[in-house]
Amino acid sequence: MSNTTISPQQGNKKFLQKLEDRGVDVQACYQCGRCSAGCPITEFFDLTTMEVVRLAAYGMEEKLLESKAIWLCAACETCATRCPNDIDIAVLMDVLRELALRKGVTPAEPRIPTFHQCFLGSIEHWGRAFEVGLIAGYKMRSGDFTGDMKLGMKMFSKGKLSLKPHPIKGKAEIKQIFSGKGKEYER
Amino acid sequence: MKLSYYPGCSLHGTALDYDRSVQEVCGALGIELVEIPDWNCCGASSAHMTNHQIGMRLPLRNLLLAAELGHDVLVPCAACFQRLKAAERSLKEEPEYWDIEGYPEDLNIIHISSLLAEDRLIDKIREQSQVRFDGLKLACYYGCLSLRHPKITGVINYEQPRTLEAIVESVGGQPVSWSHRTECCSGSLTMARPDIARKLVGDIVEAAKRAGADGMVTDCPMCQANVESRQLDLASTDYLPVFFGTELISAALNGHYPAKQKKVHLVDASVLDEVLTRAPQNREETV
Repeated sequence: MSNTTISPQQGNKKFLQKLEDRGVDVQACYQCGRCSAGCPITEFFDLTTMEVVRLAAYGMEEKLLESKAIWLCAACETCATRCPNDIDIAVLMDVLRELALRKGVTPAEPRIPTFHQCFLGSIEHWGRAFEVGLIAGYKMRSGDFTGDMKLGMKMFSKGKLSLKPHPIKGKAEIKQIFSGKGKEYER
Repeated sequence: MKLSYYPGCSLHGTALDYDRSVQEVCGALGIELVEIPDWNCCGASSAHMTNHQIGMRLPLRNLLLAAELGHDVLVPCAACFQRLKAAERSLKEEPEYWDIEGYPEDLNIIHISSLLAEDRLIDKIREQSQVRFDGLKLACYYGCLSLRHPKITGVINYEQPRTLEAIVESVGGQPVSWSHRTECCSGSLTMARPDIARKLVGDIVEAAKRAGADGMVTDCPMCQANVESRQLDLASTDYLPVFFGTELISAALNGHYPAKQKKVHLVDASVLDEVLTRAPQNREETV
């Protein structure tokens, strides 16, 4: 980490309240490091999981939303499972990603949120994942045209990729779910 | 025994063969499956990772459809299982956010291996098996989401699970003791960051090989696809096939491993019929 001063006095109160409302008690952290020790992706992170929790406890929202770590986290839930103080670090990561997207923060790992958005676009449209459409959409938006072409062909030849989507009947209900309305947004 | 069945998108796409083996095994063991009508994607993992409202509402719709059928729900996909359980937990613990009335208290959401590893079903599998995979060393690989977070999944032995080992033993295989049973394969990162997927899968496969495994066994369709496909990018061509637990049981119950099933694998999976041809004594000797 760079040597900028961090202090609880500069913390973002609204952000801390949001974590509390989602049941994430970051203040309970005593920096034992079990979360980082068990994290399978830690060597690729810019902030370790333990640093993410400490920065969150100090309310340093901006620094967290600009990090690579929030996008590289694979949501395996090892950190939260092993935390001796029962801090739900997996939910913390979810909250950070959601805030970053809602606030329009430029993601430090742009391809990962692009993948998520393509995946969700596919569900919003069909009600179920449509892999070929999702892959094509991801390739267009990420600019990663050549990656995994051979694998894609191999999977297609094994009958693992269908060229047709599987739309559900209740598409209107799915549209409603994606409408952006709901009490949860106020939380 | 009658259960509602939530296959999820993977089992209708990249893991079609998993769906087939689940249905075959349940049929043979006397478990009737009723597919939840018009089910939708549970959103795993992109939805809950980026939007809590959508991440909860998608699985909740499926739970309400399941509630109409009234039976417990069988889920073969680890990611779907975890999302349905997370939605159930939120519905029970913080109902004020969801405005859903009358959701049944006693509807169980069951992951496939915890069902099949029940004593009575293990006995049934053992009794009904036509052949046994004697001498086949298998690394049971659970990955993440059928286990974690235990407050969501309700799993007790989340660090040292035994359900896949029990399944492997029931068909005569030999589970190896190894280090990476519950490590993450990188899941949904695989497309955007294949380099990370290669590193994680490489470590997992090396650990299984060090333990002397001839193959791996899992109950997660993402793990199965990821671990087989990312091995193809690695320097070593000594690939380990990844079988589904139900694929093994299905072969044991049918008495052979169908060529059609073998071909679906991205890496060579012939170790399974080799062990069957090597051990022709199978049923005759044990009866």
